[in-house]
Amino acid sequence: MPTIIYIEHDGTEHQIEAEVGATLMQTALDNGVPGIDADCGGECSCATCHVMVKEDWTSTVGEPNDSEEEMLDLNPERLSNSRLSCQIAITEELDGLVVELPEFQF
Amino acid sequence: MVDHDPYDIPLDKFDISQQALWAQDKKMEYFRRLRDEAPVHFCAESEFGPYWSLTRYADILEVDKNWKDFSSEPAITIVDPEEDFPLPMFIAMDPPKHDEQRKTVQGAVAPINLKTLENTIRQRTQNVLNDLPDGEDFDWVDRVSIELTTQMLATLFDFPFEDRRKLTRWSDVATGGPETGVVETDEQRQEELLECLEYFSRLWQERAEKDGSNDFISMLAQGEATKDMSPEEYLGNLILLIVGGNDTTRNSMTSGVIALNDNPGEYAKLRNNPTLIPNMVSEIIRWQTPLAHMRRIANRDYKLSGKTIKQGDKVIMWYLSGNRDERSIDRPDEFLIDRKQARQHLAFGFGPHRCMGNRLAELQLRILWEEIQKRFHFIEVRGAPELVPSNFVHGFVSLPVRLHPL
Repeated sequence: MPTIIYIEHDGTEHQIEAEVGATLMQTALDNGVPGIDADCGGECSCATCHVMVKEDWTSTVGEPNDSEEEMLDLNPERLSNSRLSCQIAITEELDGLVVELPEFQF
Repeated sequence: MVDHDPYDIPLDKFDISQQALWAQDKKMEYFRRLRDEAPVHFCAESEFGPYWSLTRYADILEVDKNWKDFSSEPAITIVDPEEDFPLPMFIAMDPPKHDEQRKTVQGAVAPINLKTLENTIRQRTQNVLNDLPDGEDFDWVDRVSIELTTQMLATLFDFPFEDRRKLTRWSDVATGGPETGVVETDEQRQEELLECLEYFSRLWQERAEKDGSNDFISMLAQGEATKDMSPEEYLGNLILLIVGGNDTTRNSMTSGVIALNDNPGEYAKLRNNPTLIPNMVSEIIRWQTPLAHMRRIANRDYKLSGKTIKQGDKVIMWYLSGNRDERSIDRPDEFLIDRKQARQHLAFGFGPHRCMGNRLAELQLRILWEEIQKRFHFIEVRGAPELVPSNFVHGFVSLPVRLHPL
């Protein structure tokens, strides 16, 4: 099982054994990682599961898809490595992935 | 329709938009039947013309997020815009124009700015609560809900504080009309809204040149996407921001008091465990759903739950009904302050038009209840609330209460 590392805004780290096929958002919720609201339940329509992908991982994880970009674009606090975690499916390739959580969700 | 059992009326005669259903609070049983038997329902004749009603959570979410197939133009309520008095505003525009204008003002209510507003909000809430009368009945809507939301708006607009009740009036006039009793005639409504424009135009002139302010007016006056707006568009966007911050949280502030009175077990949970307040805030917003609907126009023929919505048809997403849909929400007719996944509700909408001020609304409500619990054992509802007779603003004109301090 791939390991995902979530880092809260205050620096607290969570190392999670993730299931392949689950989303990065659901994995955080299922394992009690705080800081992700996921108000729309994974429909890419609220932007409250915002994460920042650690720089050396951005090419592996890839760019936001079109509908994700539309939602991210409305958030004044989005960064170049911002993604919505409901749009990232866990694969073996993501073993060791590090994502940072914003101070506030949108 | 209002005097009948909803199950005695043929479904093709259903018109859930009828004002009497809302004024007399009879709409929920009609919604239940629509959800069960005709979740995508066509009403051929109504005061507002023909329209589709969506009443289930999943159907509403599907349409709300699909802005390409369902346009927000030219208006977002069931009432068609007045041809001789159009009020363009970004909530009633599609991307990309919507996004450009929204992004101009979004920053004012972004979470990072709310951190700096929190102290002000708390102080004002304390002042308002400390000034309430002891041992006598008073109107919670006027003294608390309107006062707090209006003070908040005055701050966001940097609006002359002593004139702040003008904002309340303009909000009521903008969402009402002769039919809701807020004005006598359409002409009076237009006159009052033009007064609003005149007042705000003076503020615009003052601020267009003054750099570095982050109130809504300065942001609109200086923003690339908004600085060349027509007066109609300026007025439209002002009204959007006034109503958005006024008619909504005002009614959630009142609704929480009623819901806790109706559910004494939940009130006891709150007294025993104030850390439930953030979760309760989401539950209050779901429970009340202060804006009952949003409207779209289909950009193409679209199949939804077995029905075909035709291009050009008016589609009403009844958020209020979706938030009571047992297919998506567990025990939806119960008010549960410790509800799991309380944040998963439709009241803020989903997709690019999702409520811009959602975090501010939650913050205001959280602070209000934190300060209430420090002062009062019980806010007792002393009589029936008077309801706003509207199928859009789902709220209260007045609510008599009496305080029982700790």
